[in-house]
Amino acid sequence: MKHTYDVIIIGGGHAGCEAAHASARSGVRTLLITLRLTDLGVMSCNPAIGGLGKGHLVREIDALDGIMGRAADRAGIQFRLLNRRKGPAVQGPRTQADRALYRNAVQELTAARSNLDVREGEVVDLTLENGRVTGVVLKDGSKISATAVVLTSGTFLRGVIHIGDVAKAGGRLGDLPSIALAERLSSYDLPLGRLKTGTPPRLDGRTINWDGLERQDADVEPELFSFMHRTTFAKQIACGITYTNPETHEIIAKNLERSAMYGGHIDGVGPRYCPSIEDKVVRFADKTSHQIFLEPEGLTDHTIYPNGISTSLPVDVQEEYVHSIVGLENAKILQPGYAIEYDYIDPRSLSTQLELKRMPGLFLAGQINGTTGYEEAAAQGIVAGLNAAAQAKNHDPVLFDRSTSYIGVMIDDLTVRGVSEPYRMFTSRAEFRLSLRADNADQRLTSFGRNVGCVEDARWIVYSNKKNELNRGREELLSIIASSRELNGAGVKVSADGPKRTLADALTIAGTTVNDLAAIAPQLSKIPKEIASQLERDALYSHYVERQMRDIEGMKRDSNKLIPHNMSYDSISGLSNELKSKLKTALPDNLAQAARIDGITPAALMLVAAEIKKRQPTAKAS
Amino acid sequence: MDTIFALASAAGKAGVSIIRVSGPDALKSCATMGAVLGNHDRRLVKLTSADGSLIDQAFAISFAPRRSFTGEQVVELQTHGSPAIVSAVLKRLGGLDLRPAEPGEFTRRAMENGVLDLAQVEGLADLIDAETESQRRQAVRVFQGALGDLASGWRVSLVRAAALLEATIDFVDEDVPVDVYPEVRALIDIVTKEVRYEAAGVRVRERVRDGFEVALVGPPNSGKSTLLNRLAGREAAITSDIAGTTRDVIEVKMDLDGLPVTILDTAGLRDSDDVLEGIGIARGKDRASAADVRVHLMENLSKNPAQSGFGLDIYLKSKADLEIQPVNDAVSGMTGYGMDRLLDQISSHLRQQLAGAGVATRTRHQRALEAAAVALDAVTLGLDVDDMPVDLLAEDLRIAIRSLDSLIGRVDVENVLGEIFSSFCIGK
Repeated sequence: MKHTYDVIIIGGGHAGCEAAHASARSGVRTLLITLRLTDLGVMSCNPAIGGLGKGHLVREIDALDGIMGRAADRAGIQFRLLNRRKGPAVQGPRTQADRALYRNAVQELTAARSNLDVREGEVVDLTLENGRVTGVVLKDGSKISATAVVLTSGTFLRGVIHIGDVAKAGGRLGDLPSIALAERLSSYDLPLGRLKTGTPPRLDGRTINWDGLERQDADVEPELFSFMHRTTFAKQIACGITYTNPETHEIIAKNLERSAMYGGHIDGVGPRYCPSIEDKVVRFADKTSHQIFLEPEGLTDHTIYPNGISTSLPVDVQEEYVHSIVGLENAKILQPGYAIEYDYIDPRSLSTQLELKRMPGLFLAGQINGTTGYEEAAAQGIVAGLNAAAQAKNHDPVLFDRSTSYIGVMIDDLTVRGVSEPYRMFTSRAEFRLSLRADNADQRLTSFGRNVGCVEDARWIVYSNKKNELNRGREELLSIIASSRELNGAGVKVSADGPKRTLADALTIAGTTVNDLAAIAPQLSKIPKEIASQLERDALYSHYVERQMRDIEGMKRDSNKLIPHNMSYDSISGLSNELKSKLKTALPDNLAQAARIDGITPAALMLVAAEIKKRQPTAKAS
Repeated sequence: MDTIFALASAAGKAGVSIIRVSGPDALKSCATMGAVLGNHDRRLVKLTSADGSLIDQAFAISFAPRRSFTGEQVVELQTHGSPAIVSAVLKRLGGLDLRPAEPGEFTRRAMENGVLDLAQVEGLADLIDAETESQRRQAVRVFQGALGDLASGWRVSLVRAAALLEATIDFVDEDVPVDVYPEVRALIDIVTKEVRYEAAGVRVRERVRDGFEVALVGPPNSGKSTLLNRLAGREAAITSDIAGTTRDVIEVKMDLDGLPVTILDTAGLRDSDDVLEGIGIARGKDRASAADVRVHLMENLSKNPAQSGFGLDIYLKSKADLEIQPVNDAVSGMTGYGMDRLLDQISSHLRQQLAGAGVATRTRHQRALEAAAVALDAVTLGLDVDDMPVDLLAEDLRIAIRSLDSLIGRVDVENVLGEIFSSFCIGK
């Protein structure tokens, strides 16, 4: 039997679900194949969504009408806006999420999605024609063809789980690794690397002594993820906080050689920002305690995720050190902590559409590209899903830019620089951070998404209304001119005998609010609170953003100079062999990417630019 | 599109120096400094500095877009060929919100605007490499010694300051110190003071006065000092036929066809037990490898040279006076045999070095230091303002660090993250 789809997604994790929805929203026939239908929307690591950089990614996914923000809102049980007291550009929404509610939300959204079929099965092979991927082969031998395939197999490529000196094959505790597909991929000779990550033991909340532990409450005014939502869906709860102590550290130090990592069983590189408790004790030996967040996995689930003590020690040592911690003296371990090692495919072998350069038609998204985190995975899912759909429709590629989204920053970092540890988003990775705020993700991306066809009517209407109100507010502020005496009287920090200025200009003066200015122009008090705060934020950064525009323009000019994938660097005379080999490894998509490759000289760039020009004989000087 | 400028003629004392300005603001900017021109025009003008005083009388030519080298509006200012005048003109242009051209930027624009034949591009790429290389060499020279140590200190301090600020932003729920401002303030204060001092330019000017450097290298007693004395026409180095007489680097400044050249006589290269001589040899090697030209004096030409570095290496058989019929590649400090050839070779190499790389490098450094000082002041000011958002402080610090790119090396987000992860226990 033979089936045909436009796009097939392999894997139902966060990357796979987001890719499937993005493709289906783009209006092409999409099939999602997962090992188990119940896997859709499972959070395999900590029960939280968002954070700094990550929260920005979720907002961007939502602005493109993706599902992660909506599902997280429905599952959110402890909303907190991180950095609430710092600048708005670095405020990141985050929530603890109820695992069951999150899974239900994703599965409901998926069931309701038109153009999207979901099917249980194991993909064991890909079909190829003239070097192009044309479909998949399932374990039962059936073949399904498609114009494009998105592979989101997570840590399933040669995944090995370590608990102490016990190691066994698997992608996630309790899951089987997909060996057949992994073997197939390795036969393609793609550049691979090895990474590791760890999880803490899961505890039974009923056996924790919560009395006397510090509490971290949810925000009084919750900040949700989706631009479509106003209020929380689930009850809000608190997390507990406890600490390791010298006794804990002694137990760990004493048993170090029994840890998989210190016992020499693991070769993969772990993230520096998420060290195991063994690492913390060794590397920061002078610290006598480390913080542990006790995060409930759900409202009806007693499981507690003790964030901060991931480990690969044997089970008996895990018991011993957990019991040495205040509040956890009698805590029952429901599932031991473990480390997992897995292969990733060097993301420099991908184009900015996340398509394998060597194998057209095959897109990769998520942990398989060397990233970590649900949000990073989902954001890649959207990119891969949109581009797979664009290919099926024969449309232009959907490209994201460093200057307009965190998604663009991540895709560029991955495809140009590659990874040396599991890649996680931080706000410091975005050089244009002041413009890439979580609160303006819709203004940066929704209309872009509408143009590429992935934003549906319901969101477009909500967004258009907001945009109109913002424009009206801006025009009003620009059209009213006030004297410095008036402004001074309204509480604006200007001297009373200064020049006249527009209210828009006055708003850029530190500490000024729209509410202050309403004393001069009463009609401003009609501006809704949400719109007013957005106008204030834009004004706060306006001087800095203007300065950044120049940098952005320069980068864009070079980004627009696309380098054909079949560019022959060998034939460029005057280019050193060293640079030729660097360019051949990186295969930059455009001149801006080429410029970011280590060691590239201005002269080399010019030769590449000349070669591009040579290939476009029709281009004429203006 | 930015408007850019650079010295477009060769370095050194020449009859005329040409400064090229290209981009949309070329006419306007040049008019501000006294060169009022139509868009395709030529005129004798008086160039003035910001306070209105006269810099030089110059011949100014404007080229209309598409009729110029770059394809953009271009103005070329032909001034008298003195380094002081060129430097004053470049400084004035820098003050007009124009930017010094990057190596090869004129050419790149020419190509992009379609006024350059593609076949020409490849040849020009070599020239640009040479220009980049000579700027790099100039930078290395400026950075040897005290300024180099300073710059690496700045890097450490600025990366640390950035890491402290970024840690409080990206790792707010983690075990990072809450109040990092005192340490940030202390780091920034020191760097700002030093940057300001360097921006005043004393040290850089000292290095610039030295001009090009030509090092004499070779084994002990190979006649380097004798050759130096012949070049200098006086007893600058103590010569004797005891090997190892020159224990430090001896410098003689001279004017070679209008180029300011410093000849370095380095201690002979050999293994020595004498501590003092050892230091002299090490110092000599450092200086020689950064020199523009090294003249290797050898007893036997077939031997491999002991060292090389940037720029040109000339290999000569020394003590030609001891030969009855000296070979071509030979020289003698005693008799002056081969001296003219040597001087010609050196001066023509130095002339080949492209288009005022030295001046361009200095202008760039000067601007970098000044821009950094302004941004660092903004950070200091911001640290004292209540409710100054930390992301704006971090942005000012980034601007300062970016301005200093060419001096301290590029600071990547990975450097900052590395500092954070090694100082703080991140990972909940």
